[in-house]
Amino acid sequence: MQIPYTVEARPDTGLYNAKLGVWLFLASEVMLFGALFSTYILLRTGAAEWPVGAEILNVPLATLNTMVLISSSVSMVLSWAALRLGEFKKFRLWLGTTFALGVGFMIIKTIEYGSKFEHHLYPSTDNFMAIYFTLTGLHGLHVLGGMIVMAYFLGPGSKMWKSEPDRFTNRIEVVGLYWHFVDLVWIFLFPTLYLL
Amino acid sequence: MNVLEKNKATAEDHAGHHEEPFWRKYIFSQDHKVIGVQYGFTALFFLLFGFTLMLIMRWQLAFPGKPVPIIGGLLGAANAPGGIMLPEFYNQLGAMHGTIMVFLGVVPILVGAFGNYVVPLQIGAPDMAFPKLNMASYWCYLPGGLIMLASFFVPGGAANSGWTSYPPLSNIATQGQTWWLVGMIFLITSSLLGSVNFIVTIFQLRCEGLTFMRLPYMIWSQLVTAFLLLLAFPPLEAAGILQLMDRVAGTSFFMPSGLVVSGEILEVAGGGNPLLWQHLFWFLAHPEVYVLILPAMGIVAEVIANNTRKPLWGYNAMVYSGVFLGFMSFIVWAHHMFLTGMGTAISSFFQTTTMIISVPSVVILTALLMSLWGGSIRFNTPMLFALAFLPMFGIGGLTGLPLGLAPSDIHLHDTYYVIGHFHYVVAPGTIFAIFAGIYYWFPKITGRQMSERLGKLHFWPSFIFINGVFMPMFIQGLAGVSRRLYDGGAQYTHAKDVLHWNTFISMSAWMLMVAQIPFIINLFWSIKKGAKVGANPWEATTLEWSAAPSPPIGHGNFPQIPVVTRGPYEYSPPGTDKTFLPQDAAAQEG
Amino acid sequence: MAGHSAEDIKKETRVYILVFVALAALTLVTVGVSYLDLSGGAAVGLALLIATIKGSLVAAYFMHLLSERKLVYAVLLLTVVFFVALLFLPLGGHADRLR
Repeated sequence: MQIPYTVEARPDTGLYNAKLGVWLFLASEVMLFGALFSTYILLRTGAAEWPVGAEILNVPLATLNTMVLISSSVSMVLSWAALRLGEFKKFRLWLGTTFALGVGFMIIKTIEYGSKFEHHLYPSTDNFMAIYFTLTGLHGLHVLGGMIVMAYFLGPGSKMWKSEPDRFTNRIEVVGLYWHFVDLVWIFLFPTLYLL
Repeated sequence: MNVLEKNKATAEDHAGHHEEPFWRKYIFSQDHKVIGVQYGFTALFFLLFGFTLMLIMRWQLAFPGKPVPIIGGLLGAANAPGGIMLPEFYNQLGAMHGTIMVFLGVVPILVGAFGNYVVPLQIGAPDMAFPKLNMASYWCYLPGGLIMLASFFVPGGAANSGWTSYPPLSNIATQGQTWWLVGMIFLITSSLLGSVNFIVTIFQLRCEGLTFMRLPYMIWSQLVTAFLLLLAFPPLEAAGILQLMDRVAGTSFFMPSGLVVSGEILEVAGGGNPLLWQHLFWFLAHPEVYVLILPAMGIVAEVIANNTRKPLWGYNAMVYSGVFLGFMSFIVWAHHMFLTGMGTAISSFFQTTTMIISVPSVVILTALLMSLWGGSIRFNTPMLFALAFLPMFGIGGLTGLPLGLAPSDIHLHDTYYVIGHFHYVVAPGTIFAIFAGIYYWFPKITGRQMSERLGKLHFWPSFIFINGVFMPMFIQGLAGVSRRLYDGGAQYTHAKDVLHWNTFISMSAWMLMVAQIPFIINLFWSIKKGAKVGANPWEATTLEWSAAPSPPIGHGNFPQIPVVTRGPYEYSPPGTDKTFLPQDAAAQEG
Repeated sequence: MAGHSAEDIKKETRVYILVFVALAALTLVTVGVSYLDLSGGAAVGLALLIATIKGSLVAAYFMHLLSERKLVYAVLLLTVVFFVALLFLPLGGHADRLR
């Protein structure tokens, strides 16, 4: 029993199933992070005073992290382009780079969090720290989730390239869309928390 | 793969499939029909459990301070010493009744059971678009439900701050609230995975010829519902995370400054906003009520068209109204918050959108009513429930109007009037539609028919007693009796003239429970002993009845993928002797 | 994903690199701007404007939204409407509250 349109696009919608599926999932993620941004707005406008992000948070480190994530987005899309050109080794190189940059992001994040804890700044300290930890923490969990999926496709999941290359390429495209979204969220998170 | 293995694989492919082991075929199944039945039985259990919680609650309201009979001793000394219910336990029953009915009962059965089973069949698809995701959805739902049940047994018992879990109360509530939040995260995840699956399935897997305006109304209602679940649930997930942070990590997202509990100032950072929770909660919970009603309308539409032997009246209007309703449902939520100190500008906005949203509901109800005109009505059990749905939903909808207008809501907010309103829509509304659907699709699922006699024995007392439960609540609410009162209003002089209704309501509820016994017997007995029927005992037009005679598990649904040539309700078609034409009947016919 | 020749894909690769450079530059701009000590509203507006440009580049080129299908656009448009409602209606409620 075959489910139609798992690989080839359905003519009237122009999409294969997983492509539509991942965009729908990303739409729900927009609402998830949107709710947290709404939380930030409401808490900040209701607060008598609100700290200056740059004075508490590490702007240089976060700027570096922004560059790391942007780079990982490029390497991700290059890995997919390599697959479309049939270059499996290049695909592994670029996907591996993306994964490594993800590791880098998490290391820098750990350093940041560690430094906050050292200065006795916890989520319970005040609402700025609370929303900072919650927003970046949830984002970090999404980074980790993406990395787990990438590890799968670098490892056991890559077998599909031999048996169903088009379906495998589609899967990498879908992973890429998710990863770019994670980058996109950070693009808004960074100025909101660190620079405003 | 060596030669032997390769040959075996080829032989298996040629045979279609080798038999899967029991645990793969029935437990961790990827077949939408099995998953649908799993959801169905699980959700029916939760509906019964949630109903039982209420039956226990109603004892306290009818006979305050008296020991609960029969099971009083089983409730435990922490909940009901000497069988007399404590207020803390009463609150647990209330909060969990609502939570279980909505999130573990009604939505899983409407979407997880009926949606899963019927949608692929009605669109001519071999299964859902993502069978593994479908399986994952169920296996997120079940643990979520079990976590909710388990919370009754932790110190302090289950969640007790209402199904609405308003902070600051829910922030400082007992351990059970944390379990509630964790359970909700499982349930929301299950729902999100499911909604992606439904939308992709409906857009991508419609068989040839099945254009959007030829879809059975059941499919339209499931499609709109899936969008509501997809986009409205995430803010509640966010709110759940924030409340977990407040309870576990000591944050103050919802904790205002200077909060005093039991004479002591709470040591939290403060600066939080309890209204933030209300906004995020109701952002989901309002569209949620349309999740509760839309699939029910889908079921009723199918049953009515089939049992009037004529097409639905106003199909186009119903479709456009359903879509418009779904859209509007996202921008009415703060009508649940009129009494939070809202200014007139924002209040006017929400009153306006709320009044506008009543229009598509009325259009759909009117179309369903008009569909009866000139029909050859067959009064079988599914039709009885579907017919009863119409006036019951009408009462529920009409009583919503004074709640949606702020001036009248000032008087009615948080009273029994509200309980009466929403129960009319969900109980003799949606739940009756669910019963209609069970009686209707039972022959497709099992190849047997449920007993009509037991069906009518189920319907008539249910219809009478359910009105006995909820109609007097309007009277109590108008008199000003608040909801969630352990003593049922006895402490208030303004309630004294309407207090006697408590006993009447409770008796009706217990009789309503008795009325479900014929149904339970009928359901289980008919699975084994019901009269065997063919593929299309109702002489219905939609694809699940014609093209998928007795869909096998795991082998795809259709001997041949159907090609649709006509609309979904060609009953009594002109120009032919036939009393109905299935959607995939040859194009030249009729 | 058949139908795209190797040259097309190589051209796309060039675009990806250009977008990367633009994103990196805009990141530096947004950090630099934050040191300008602008008033609250202007600072927020400028930061969000730059973020929106960066986000649009990621969406348009990395996520190929520029050449996506109508159905995806429709889903995203619907999402944006509800996202805006979620962001601004509670704020409106807060601003309009009785004091």
